[in-house]
Amino acid sequence: MSNNLKILVADRQIVRPGDILAVMEQKIAKPMYNPEKHVYIYEDKIVSAVLGLASITDNDISVIPLEGRYFPRVGDTVIGLVVGVGITNWILDIRAPYKAILNAGEVIENFSPITTNLRDYIDVGDYIVAKIAVFDRTRDLLLTVKGKGLGKITEGIVIEIEPSRVPRVIGKKGSMLNLLTSKTGCNILVAQNGVVWIRCKDEKSSEIAVKAIRLIESRAHMRGLTEHVRMFLDKELA
Amino acid sequence: MIEKPVLIRDDGLRHDGRKPEDLRPIKMQVGILKNADGSAYVEYGKTKVVAAVYGPREVHPRHLALPDRALIRCRYHMAPFSTSDRKSPAPSRREIELSKVIREALEAVIFSELYPRTSIDIFIEVLQADGGTRTTGLTAASLALADAGIPMRDLIAGVAVGKVDGVLVLDIDEVEDEYGEADMPIGYAASIDEIMLLQLNGVLTPEEFKKAIELAKEGARKIYDQMKKTLHDKYLKIIEK
Repeated sequence: MSNNLKILVADRQIVRPGDILAVMEQKIAKPMYNPEKHVYIYEDKIVSAVLGLASITDNDISVIPLEGRYFPRVGDTVIGLVVGVGITNWILDIRAPYKAILNAGEVIENFSPITTNLRDYIDVGDYIVAKIAVFDRTRDLLLTVKGKGLGKITEGIVIEIEPSRVPRVIGKKGSMLNLLTSKTGCNILVAQNGVVWIRCKDEKSSEIAVKAIRLIESRAHMRGLTEHVRMFLDKELA
Repeated sequence: MIEKPVLIRDDGLRHDGRKPEDLRPIKMQVGILKNADGSAYVEYGKTKVVAAVYGPREVHPRHLALPDRALIRCRYHMAPFSTSDRKSPAPSRREIELSKVIREALEAVIFSELYPRTSIDIFIEVLQADGGTRTTGLTAASLALADAGIPMRDLIAGVAVGKVDGVLVLDIDEVEDEYGEADMPIGYAASIDEIMLLQLNGVLTPEEFKKAIELAKEGARKIYDQMKKTLHDKYLKIIEK
Protein backbone atom coordinates (compact mmCIF):
# COMPACT_ATOMS: atom_id res chain seq x y z
CA MET A 1 0.00 0.00 0.00
CA SER A 2 2.09 2.85 -1.27
CA ASN A 3 -0.40 5.62 -0.94
CA ASN A 4 -0.93 7.65 2.16
CA LEU A 5 -3.41 6.42 4.70
CA LYS A 6 -5.74 8.32 6.95
CA ILE A 7 -6.07 5.89 9.85
CA LEU A 8 -9.41 5.94 11.65
CA VAL A 9 -8.82 3.48 14.48
CA ALA A 10 -6.42 3.25 17.42
CA ASP A 11 -3.74 0.59 17.75
CA ARG A 12 -5.07 -2.50 19.63
CA GLN A 13 -8.68 -1.35 19.23
CA ILE A 14 -11.30 -4.10 18.86
CA VAL A 15 -12.57 -4.11 15.26
CA ARG A 16 -15.39 -6.06 13.64
CA PRO A 17 -16.16 -7.15 10.07
CA GLY A 18 -17.22 -4.11 8.09
CA ASP A 19 -15.39 -1.56 10.27
CA ILE A 20 -13.57 1.03 8.16
CA LEU A 21 -9.96 1.10 9.39
CA ALA A 22 -8.41 3.66 7.08
CA VAL A 23 -9.03 5.76 3.99
CA MET A 24 -6.50 5.94 1.15
CA GLU A 25 -5.78 8.92 -1.09
CA GLN A 26 -6.43 7.02 -4.28
CA LYS A 27 -9.24 4.70 -5.17
CA ILE A 28 -8.44 1.24 -6.44
CA ALA A 29 -10.31 -0.19 -9.40
CA LYS A 30 -11.01 -3.70 -8.18
CA PRO A 31 -11.89 -4.73 -4.61
CA MET A 32 -9.25 -7.02 -3.18
CA TYR A 33 -8.74 -9.11 -0.09
CA ASN A 34 -5.47 -9.39 1.78
CA PRO A 35 -5.50 -12.74 3.62
CA GLU A 36 -2.32 -12.05 5.62
CA LYS A 37 -3.63 -8.78 7.00
CA HIS A 38 -7.29 -9.86 7.28
CA VAL A 39 -8.42 -6.65 5.61
CA TYR A 40 -10.14 -5.95 2.37
CA ILE A 41 -9.84 -2.92 0.22
CA TYR A 42 -12.54 -1.41 -1.90
CA GLU A 43 -12.63 1.98 -3.56
CA ASP A 44 -10.53 4.08 -1.15
CA LYS A 45 -11.39 2.27 2.06
CA ILE A 46 -9.54 -0.38 4.05
CA VAL A 47 -12.09 -2.50 5.88
CA SER A 48 -11.66 -5.20 8.51
CA ALA A 49 -12.88 -8.64 7.43
CA VAL A 50 -12.72 -10.33 10.81
CA LEU A 51 -13.33 -9.77 14.49
CA GLY A 52 -9.93 -8.82 15.87
CA LEU A 53 -7.51 -6.20 17.08
CA ALA A 54 -6.25 -3.42 14.82
CA SER A 55 -2.48 -3.33 14.46
CA ILE A 56 -0.84 -0.19 13.14
CA THR A 57 2.76 -0.16 11.93
CA ASP A 58 4.40 2.68 9.94
CA ASN A 59 1.65 3.75 7.58
CA ASP A 60 0.23 0.26 7.29
CA ILE A 61 -2.69 -1.42 8.97
CA SER A 62 -3.68 -5.01 9.64
CA VAL A 63 -6.00 -6.97 11.90
CA ILE A 64 -4.99 -9.71 14.35
CA PRO A 65 -7.97 -12.08 14.46
CA LEU A 66 -9.44 -13.01 17.86
CA GLU A 67 -11.41 -16.00 16.61
CA GLY A 68 -11.12 -18.61 13.91
CA ARG A 69 -9.75 -22.04 13.16
CA TYR A 70 -6.21 -22.79 12.12
CA PHE A 71 -5.52 -22.40 8.42
CA PRO A 72 -2.26 -24.06 7.26
CA ARG A 73 0.66 -22.31 5.57
CA VAL A 74 3.82 -23.86 4.16
CA GLY A 75 6.66 -23.74 6.69
CA ASP A 76 4.45 -23.69 9.80
CA THR A 77 5.52 -25.91 12.68
CA VAL A 78 2.50 -27.93 13.79
CA ILE A 79 1.74 -30.70 16.27
CA GLY A 80 -0.51 -33.35 14.76
CA LEU A 81 -2.37 -36.28 16.22
CA VAL A 82 -2.04 -39.52 14.24
CA VAL A 83 -5.55 -40.65 13.26
CA GLY A 84 -4.78 -43.23 10.59
CA VAL A 85 -2.06 -45.52 9.33
CA GLY A 86 -1.84 -46.34 5.63
CA ILE A 87 0.50 -48.65 3.73
CA THR A 88 3.03 -45.95 2.91
CA ASN A 89 1.95 -43.02 5.05
CA TRP A 90 0.32 -41.76 8.23
CA ILE A 91 -2.71 -39.51 8.36
CA LEU A 92 -2.60 -36.71 10.92
CA ASP A 93 -5.19 -34.36 12.35
CA ILE A 94 -3.58 -30.92 12.64
CA ARG A 95 -6.88 -29.10 13.47
CA ALA A 96 -7.04 -27.66 9.95
CA PRO A 97 -9.90 -28.17 7.46
CA TYR A 98 -7.64 -30.59 5.55
CA LYS A 99 -6.03 -33.92 6.39
CA ALA A 100 -2.26 -33.96 6.71
CA ILE A 101 -0.14 -36.75 5.24
CA LEU A 102 3.23 -37.86 6.57
CA ASN A 103 5.01 -40.19 4.18
CA ALA A 104 6.88 -43.20 5.56
CA GLY A 105 10.04 -42.28 3.65
CA GLU A 106 10.30 -39.21 5.87
CA VAL A 107 10.72 -41.35 8.96
CA ILE A 108 12.28 -44.63 7.85
CA GLU A 109 15.43 -44.94 5.74
CA ASN A 110 15.21 -47.31 2.75
CA PHE A 111 11.51 -47.76 3.35
CA SER A 112 9.82 -50.74 1.73
CA PRO A 113 6.12 -51.38 2.34
CA ILE A 114 6.69 -55.16 2.09
CA THR A 115 9.15 -55.53 4.95
CA THR A 116 8.03 -52.83 7.39
CA ASN A 117 4.87 -52.32 9.36
CA LEU A 118 4.30 -48.61 9.92
CA ARG A 119 2.58 -49.23 13.25
CA ASP A 120 5.95 -50.32 14.69
CA TYR A 121 7.20 -46.76 14.30
CA ILE A 122 4.23 -44.43 14.80
CA ASP A 123 0.75 -45.56 15.81
CA VAL A 124 -2.69 -44.02 16.08
CA GLY A 125 -2.82 -41.66 19.06
CA ASP A 126 0.78 -40.46 18.86
CA TYR A 127 1.56 -36.76 18.68
CA ILE A 128 4.07 -35.66 16.03
CA VAL A 129 5.92 -32.36 15.73
CA ALA A 130 6.18 -31.63 12.01
CA LYS A 131 6.61 -28.88 9.45
CA ILE A 132 4.21 -28.27 6.59
CA ALA A 133 6.21 -29.14 3.45
CA VAL A 134 3.65 -28.81 0.64
CA PHE A 135 0.25 -27.18 0.58
CA ASP A 136 -1.35 -25.85 -2.56
CA ARG A 137 -5.04 -26.03 -1.56
CA THR A 138 -5.87 -28.50 -4.33
CA ARG A 139 -4.63 -31.57 -2.47
CA ASP A 140 -4.22 -32.66 1.15
CA LEU A 141 -1.15 -31.18 2.72
CA LEU A 142 2.18 -32.95 3.15
CA LEU A 143 4.25 -32.86 6.32
CA THR A 144 7.96 -33.36 6.95
CA VAL A 145 9.79 -34.38 10.14
CA LYS A 146 13.25 -33.71 8.74
CA GLY A 147 14.65 -30.89 10.82
CA LYS A 148 15.76 -29.93 14.29
CA GLY A 149 13.26 -30.65 17.03
CA LEU A 150 10.78 -32.42 14.78
CA GLY A 151 9.45 -35.93 15.30
CA LYS A 152 7.40 -38.04 17.67
CA ILE A 153 6.53 -36.72 21.12
CA THR A 154 7.58 -39.22 23.79
CA GLU A 155 7.46 -37.18 27.01
CA GLY A 156 5.78 -34.19 28.63
CA ILE A 157 2.19 -33.06 28.16
CA VAL A 158 0.28 -31.73 25.18
CA ILE A 159 -2.55 -29.20 25.51
CA GLU A 160 -4.77 -27.55 22.93
CA ILE A 161 -5.45 -23.81 22.84
CA GLU A 162 -7.39 -21.55 20.48
CA PRO A 163 -5.24 -21.17 17.32
CA SER A 164 -6.05 -17.45 17.25
CA ARG A 165 -4.32 -17.06 20.63
CA VAL A 166 -0.97 -18.48 19.46
CA PRO A 167 0.60 -15.06 18.66
CA ARG A 168 -0.25 -13.87 22.18
CA VAL A 169 1.21 -16.95 23.89
CA ILE A 170 4.44 -16.41 21.95
CA GLY A 171 4.34 -12.63 22.36
CA LYS A 172 6.24 -9.90 20.54
CA LYS A 173 9.60 -11.38 19.49
CA GLY A 174 8.88 -14.35 21.78
CA SER A 175 8.71 -12.23 24.94
CA MET A 176 5.81 -14.10 26.52
CA LEU A 177 7.23 -17.53 25.74
CA ASN A 178 10.63 -16.47 27.15
CA LEU A 179 8.90 -15.36 30.33
CA LEU A 180 7.09 -18.69 30.64
CA THR A 181 10.17 -20.83 30.03
CA SER A 182 12.50 -18.82 32.24
CA LYS A 183 10.12 -18.61 35.20
CA THR A 184 8.86 -22.19 35.20
CA GLY A 185 12.05 -23.80 33.88
CA CYS A 186 9.93 -25.81 31.44
CA ASN A 187 10.59 -26.52 27.81
CA ILE A 188 7.56 -25.19 25.91
CA LEU A 189 6.82 -25.52 22.20
CA VAL A 190 3.87 -23.55 20.82
CA ALA A 191 2.86 -24.93 17.43
CA GLN A 192 1.11 -22.68 14.92
CA ASN A 193 -2.02 -24.86 14.98
CA GLY A 194 -2.64 -24.14 18.64
CA VAL A 195 -1.16 -27.27 20.20
CA VAL A 196 1.33 -26.71 23.00
CA TRP A 197 3.93 -29.23 24.13
CA ILE A 198 5.22 -28.74 27.69
CA ARG A 199 8.15 -30.60 29.23
CA CYS A 200 8.91 -29.87 32.86
CA LYS A 201 11.18 -31.18 35.59
CA ASP A 202 8.35 -31.77 38.05
CA GLU A 203 4.56 -31.90 38.07
CA LYS A 204 4.06 -28.67 39.99
CA SER A 205 5.83 -26.48 37.47
CA SER A 206 3.98 -28.11 34.57
CA GLU A 207 0.69 -27.44 36.35
CA ILE A 208 1.62 -23.77 36.74
CA ALA A 209 2.72 -23.54 33.10
CA VAL A 210 -0.65 -24.90 31.96
CA LYS A 211 -2.48 -22.45 34.22
CA ALA A 212 -0.44 -19.53 32.87
CA ILE A 213 -1.15 -20.54 29.27
CA ARG A 214 -4.88 -20.79 30.02
CA LEU A 215 -4.69 -17.32 31.57
CA ILE A 216 -3.08 -15.88 28.43
CA GLU A 217 -5.67 -17.65 26.29
CA SER A 218 -8.63 -16.17 28.16
CA ARG A 219 -7.23 -12.62 28.28
CA ALA A 220 -5.53 -12.48 24.90
CA HIS A 221 -6.66 -8.94 24.12
CA MET A 222 -5.72 -7.40 27.48
CA ARG A 223 -3.18 -4.58 27.59
CA GLY A 224 -0.09 -5.25 29.70
CA LEU A 225 -0.72 -8.99 29.63
CA THR A 226 2.98 -9.86 29.97
CA GLU A 227 3.19 -7.98 33.31
CA HIS A 228 -0.01 -9.65 34.47
CA VAL A 229 1.40 -13.09 33.65
CA ARG A 230 4.71 -12.24 35.35
CA MET A 231 2.83 -11.38 38.55
CA PHE A 232 0.75 -14.55 38.28
CA LEU A 233 3.86 -16.70 37.87
CA ASP A 234 5.69 -15.02 40.77
CA LYS A 235 2.69 -15.61 43.02
CA GLU A 236 2.24 -19.23 41.98
CA LEU A 237 5.91 -20.14 42.15
CA ALA A 238 6.54 -18.46 45.52
CA MET B 1 -62.32 -16.42 10.47
CA ILE B 2 -61.35 -14.38 13.51
CA GLU B 3 -62.17 -10.70 13.19
CA LYS B 4 -59.31 -8.45 12.08
CA PRO B 5 -57.75 -6.65 15.05
CA VAL B 6 -57.12 -2.90 15.09
CA LEU B 7 -53.62 -2.54 13.68
CA ILE B 8 -53.28 1.24 13.66
CA ARG B 9 -55.02 2.88 16.60
CA ASP B 10 -56.75 6.26 16.48
CA ASP B 11 -53.71 7.93 18.06
CA GLY B 12 -51.54 6.70 15.15
CA LEU B 13 -49.71 4.07 17.20
CA ARG B 14 -49.61 0.37 16.39
CA HIS B 15 -51.44 -2.42 18.21
CA ASP B 16 -48.50 -2.90 20.60
CA GLY B 17 -48.01 0.81 21.20
CA ARG B 18 -45.05 1.33 18.87
CA LYS B 19 -44.75 4.23 16.44
CA PRO B 20 -44.64 3.17 12.76
CA GLU B 21 -40.85 3.67 12.59
CA ASP B 22 -40.09 1.90 15.89
CA LEU B 23 -38.30 -1.43 16.25
CA ARG B 24 -39.24 -4.03 18.83
CA PRO B 25 -36.89 -4.30 21.82
CA ILE B 26 -33.82 -6.15 20.55
CA LYS B 27 -31.46 -8.35 22.56
CA MET B 28 -28.25 -9.93 21.28
CA GLN B 29 -25.57 -12.21 22.68
CA VAL B 30 -22.60 -13.92 21.03
CA GLY B 31 -20.51 -16.95 21.95
CA ILE B 32 -23.33 -18.72 23.79
CA LEU B 33 -22.54 -22.27 22.62
CA LYS B 34 -19.37 -24.06 23.65
CA ASN B 35 -19.25 -26.71 20.94
CA ALA B 36 -19.82 -24.44 17.94
CA ASP B 37 -17.03 -22.35 16.40
CA GLY B 38 -19.33 -19.35 16.52
CA SER B 39 -22.79 -18.75 17.94
CA ALA B 40 -25.32 -16.03 18.64
CA TYR B 41 -28.69 -15.51 20.28
CA VAL B 42 -30.99 -12.76 19.02
CA GLU B 43 -34.40 -11.55 20.18
CA TYR B 44 -36.66 -9.19 18.20
CA GLY B 45 -39.49 -8.68 20.68
CA LYS B 46 -41.00 -12.12 21.22
CA THR B 47 -39.11 -13.73 18.32
CA LYS B 48 -36.16 -15.71 19.69
CA VAL B 49 -33.47 -17.30 17.53
CA VAL B 50 -30.21 -19.16 18.11
CA ALA B 51 -27.58 -19.49 15.36
CA ALA B 52 -24.50 -21.72 15.33
CA VAL B 53 -21.62 -21.81 12.84
CA TYR B 54 -19.14 -24.62 12.25
CA GLY B 55 -16.13 -24.36 10.01
CA PRO B 56 -14.27 -24.05 7.81
CA ARG B 57 -14.11 -27.83 8.20
CA GLU B 58 -13.80 -30.94 6.06
CA VAL B 59 -16.81 -31.59 3.85
CA HIS B 60 -18.93 -34.67 4.50
CA PRO B 61 -19.99 -36.27 2.18
CA ARG B 62 -16.73 -35.68 0.30
CA HIS B 63 -18.22 -35.40 -3.21
CA LEU B 64 -19.99 -32.15 -2.31
CA ALA B 65 -16.67 -30.32 -1.85
CA LEU B 66 -16.02 -27.45 -4.26
CA PRO B 67 -12.51 -27.19 -5.75
CA ASP B 68 -12.31 -23.39 -5.72
CA ARG B 69 -14.20 -22.24 -2.64
CA ALA B 70 -15.90 -23.25 0.58
CA LEU B 71 -19.29 -24.90 0.46
CA ILE B 72 -21.71 -22.86 2.51
CA ARG B 73 -24.62 -24.81 3.94
CA CYS B 74 -27.45 -23.22 5.86
CA ARG B 75 -30.32 -24.76 7.75
CA TYR B 76 -33.15 -22.57 8.97
CA HIS B 77 -35.35 -24.59 11.28
CA MET B 78 -38.28 -23.85 13.54
CA ALA B 79 -38.47 -25.78 16.79
CA PRO B 80 -41.70 -27.77 17.27
CA PHE B 81 -42.51 -25.57 20.28
CA SER B 82 -41.85 -22.27 18.51
CA THR B 83 -45.45 -21.75 17.36
CA SER B 84 -48.83 -21.94 19.09
CA ASP B 85 -49.73 -25.19 17.32
CA ARG B 86 -47.00 -27.80 17.34
CA LYS B 87 -44.90 -27.51 14.20
CA SER B 88 -43.72 -30.72 12.62
CA PRO B 89 -39.94 -30.89 13.01
CA ALA B 90 -39.50 -32.11 9.42
CA PRO B 91 -38.24 -29.33 7.10
CA SER B 92 -41.21 -27.73 5.38
CA ARG B 93 -41.30 -26.10 1.95
CA ARG B 94 -41.10 -22.72 3.65
CA GLU B 95 -38.07 -23.64 5.75
CA ILE B 96 -36.19 -24.97 2.73
CA GLU B 97 -36.86 -21.71 0.90
CA LEU B 98 -35.76 -19.56 3.83
CA SER B 99 -32.59 -21.64 4.25
CA LYS B 100 -31.81 -20.87 0.61
CA VAL B 101 -32.44 -17.12 0.73
CA ILE B 102 -30.47 -16.70 3.97
CA ARG B 103 -27.61 -18.78 2.54
CA GLU B 104 -27.52 -16.66 -0.60
CA ALA B 105 -27.46 -13.45 1.43
CA LEU B 106 -24.52 -14.72 3.50
CA GLU B 107 -22.66 -16.17 0.50
CA ALA B 108 -22.45 -12.64 -0.88
CA VAL B 109 -20.41 -11.40 2.08
CA ILE B 110 -18.26 -14.42 3.03
CA PHE B 111 -14.81 -14.71 1.41
CA SER B 112 -15.47 -18.36 0.59
CA GLU B 113 -12.66 -18.57 -2.01
CA LEU B 114 -10.13 -18.52 0.85
CA TYR B 115 -11.13 -22.00 1.95
CA PRO B 116 -11.37 -24.35 -1.03
CA ARG B 117 -12.66 -27.91 -0.40
CA THR B 118 -14.08 -27.05 2.99
CA SER B 119 -17.55 -26.39 4.31
CA ILE B 120 -19.00 -23.67 6.49
CA ASP B 121 -22.19 -24.89 8.14
CA ILE B 122 -24.74 -22.48 9.53
CA PHE B 123 -27.61 -23.64 11.74
CA ILE B 124 -30.46 -21.30 12.58
CA GLU B 125 -32.93 -22.52 15.16
CA VAL B 126 -36.11 -20.55 15.84
CA LEU B 127 -37.06 -21.03 19.50
CA GLN B 128 -40.08 -18.77 19.52
CA ALA B 129 -41.78 -17.27 16.47
CA ASP B 130 -43.60 -13.95 16.48
CA GLY B 131 -43.01 -12.62 12.98
CA GLY B 132 -39.71 -11.68 11.39
CA THR B 133 -38.00 -15.01 12.03
CA ARG B 134 -36.01 -14.93 8.79
CA THR B 135 -34.62 -11.46 9.48
CA THR B 136 -33.85 -12.34 13.11
CA GLY B 137 -32.23 -15.54 11.83
CA LEU B 138 -30.12 -13.64 9.32
CA THR B 139 -28.90 -11.21 11.99
CA ALA B 140 -28.07 -14.10 14.32
CA ALA B 141 -26.28 -16.06 11.57
CA SER B 142 -24.21 -13.02 10.64
CA LEU B 143 -23.16 -12.51 14.26
CA ALA B 144 -22.33 -16.20 14.63
CA LEU B 145 -20.13 -16.07 11.52
CA ALA B 146 -18.24 -13.09 12.91
CA ASP B 147 -17.89 -14.93 16.23
CA ALA B 148 -16.46 -17.93 14.35
CA GLY B 149 -13.77 -15.67 12.86
CA ILE B 150 -14.84 -16.21 9.28
CA PRO B 151 -13.68 -13.36 6.99
CA MET B 152 -16.60 -11.33 5.70
CA ARG B 153 -17.07 -8.12 3.76
CA ASP B 154 -19.59 -6.85 6.28
CA LEU B 155 -22.20 -7.86 8.82
CA ILE B 156 -25.79 -8.19 7.66
CA ALA B 157 -28.70 -6.82 9.67
CA GLY B 158 -32.13 -8.19 8.83
CA VAL B 159 -35.34 -6.23 9.29
CA ALA B 160 -38.82 -6.29 7.76
CA VAL B 161 -41.03 -3.45 6.64
CA GLY B 162 -44.76 -4.00 6.34
CA LYS B 163 -47.83 -2.15 5.23
CA VAL B 164 -50.73 -2.35 7.65
CA ASP B 165 -53.95 -0.41 7.20
CA GLY B 166 -52.21 1.66 4.51
CA VAL B 167 -49.31 2.71 6.78
CA LEU B 168 -45.69 1.64 6.28
CA VAL B 169 -44.37 0.20 9.54
CA LEU B 170 -40.97 -1.12 10.60
CA ASP B 171 -40.23 -4.58 12.04
CA ILE B 172 -43.68 -6.15 11.80
CA ASP B 173 -44.76 -8.90 14.17
CA GLU B 174 -46.98 -11.94 13.63
CA VAL B 175 -50.33 -10.10 13.91
CA GLU B 176 -49.29 -7.30 11.57
CA ASP B 177 -47.93 -9.84 9.09
CA GLU B 178 -51.13 -11.89 9.14
CA TYR B 179 -53.59 -9.02 8.75
CA GLY B 180 -51.39 -6.49 6.92
CA GLU B 181 -51.27 -5.79 3.20
CA ALA B 182 -47.56 -6.30 2.58
CA ASP B 183 -44.43 -7.75 4.20
CA MET B 184 -40.96 -6.91 2.89
CA PRO B 185 -37.97 -8.45 4.68
CA ILE B 186 -34.54 -7.07 3.78
CA GLY B 187 -30.96 -7.93 4.73
CA TYR B 188 -28.76 -4.86 4.74
CA ALA B 189 -24.98 -4.57 4.99
CA ALA B 190 -24.74 -1.04 6.35
CA SER B 191 -21.04 -0.31 6.02
CA ILE B 192 -20.81 -1.23 2.33
CA ASP B 193 -24.40 -0.01 1.72
CA GLU B 194 -25.63 -3.11 -0.08
CA ILE B 195 -28.91 -5.00 0.17
CA MET B 196 -28.19 -8.72 0.46
CA LEU B 197 -31.73 -10.06 0.80
CA LEU B 198 -34.97 -8.65 -0.51
CA GLN B 199 -38.32 -10.36 -0.58
CA LEU B 200 -41.78 -8.87 -0.94
CA ASN B 201 -45.06 -10.51 -0.13
CA GLY B 202 -48.12 -8.37 -0.91
CA VAL B 203 -48.60 -5.18 -2.89
CA LEU B 204 -46.71 -1.88 -2.68
CA THR B 205 -46.80 1.02 -5.15
CA PRO B 206 -43.41 2.13 -6.55
CA GLU B 207 -43.45 5.17 -4.23
CA GLU B 208 -44.30 3.05 -1.23
CA PHE B 209 -41.54 0.63 -2.20
CA LYS B 210 -38.93 3.41 -2.23
CA LYS B 211 -40.15 4.69 1.10
CA ALA B 212 -40.18 1.16 2.54
CA ILE B 213 -36.56 0.60 1.49
CA GLU B 214 -35.50 3.84 3.18
CA LEU B 215 -37.42 2.92 6.33
CA ALA B 216 -35.88 -0.57 6.35
CA LYS B 217 -32.36 0.77 5.86
CA GLU B 218 -32.83 3.15 8.75
CA GLY B 219 -34.06 0.34 11.00
CA ALA B 220 -31.33 -2.02 9.82
CA ARG B 221 -28.66 0.58 10.64
CA LYS B 222 -29.86 0.66 14.25
CA ILE B 223 -29.72 -3.13 14.44
CA TYR B 224 -26.31 -3.10 12.72
CA ASP B 225 -24.94 -0.71 15.35
CA GLN B 226 -26.22 -2.98 18.09
CA MET B 227 -24.57 -5.99 16.39
CA LYS B 228 -21.23 -4.18 16.33
CA LYS B 229 -21.65 -3.22 19.97
CA THR B 230 -22.49 -6.81 20.95
CA LEU B 231 -19.30 -8.12 19.33
CA HIS B 232 -17.25 -5.39 20.98
CA ASP B 233 -18.81 -5.94 24.42
CA LYS B 234 -18.01 -9.64 24.41
CA TYR B 235 -14.31 -8.77 24.70
CA LEU B 236 -14.80 -5.74 26.90
CA LYS B 237 -16.52 -7.95 29.49
CA ILE B 238 -13.55 -10.30 29.68
CA ILE B 239 -11.16 -7.37 30.13
CA GLU B 240 -13.25 -6.00 32.99
CA LYS B 241 -13.28 -9.37 34.72
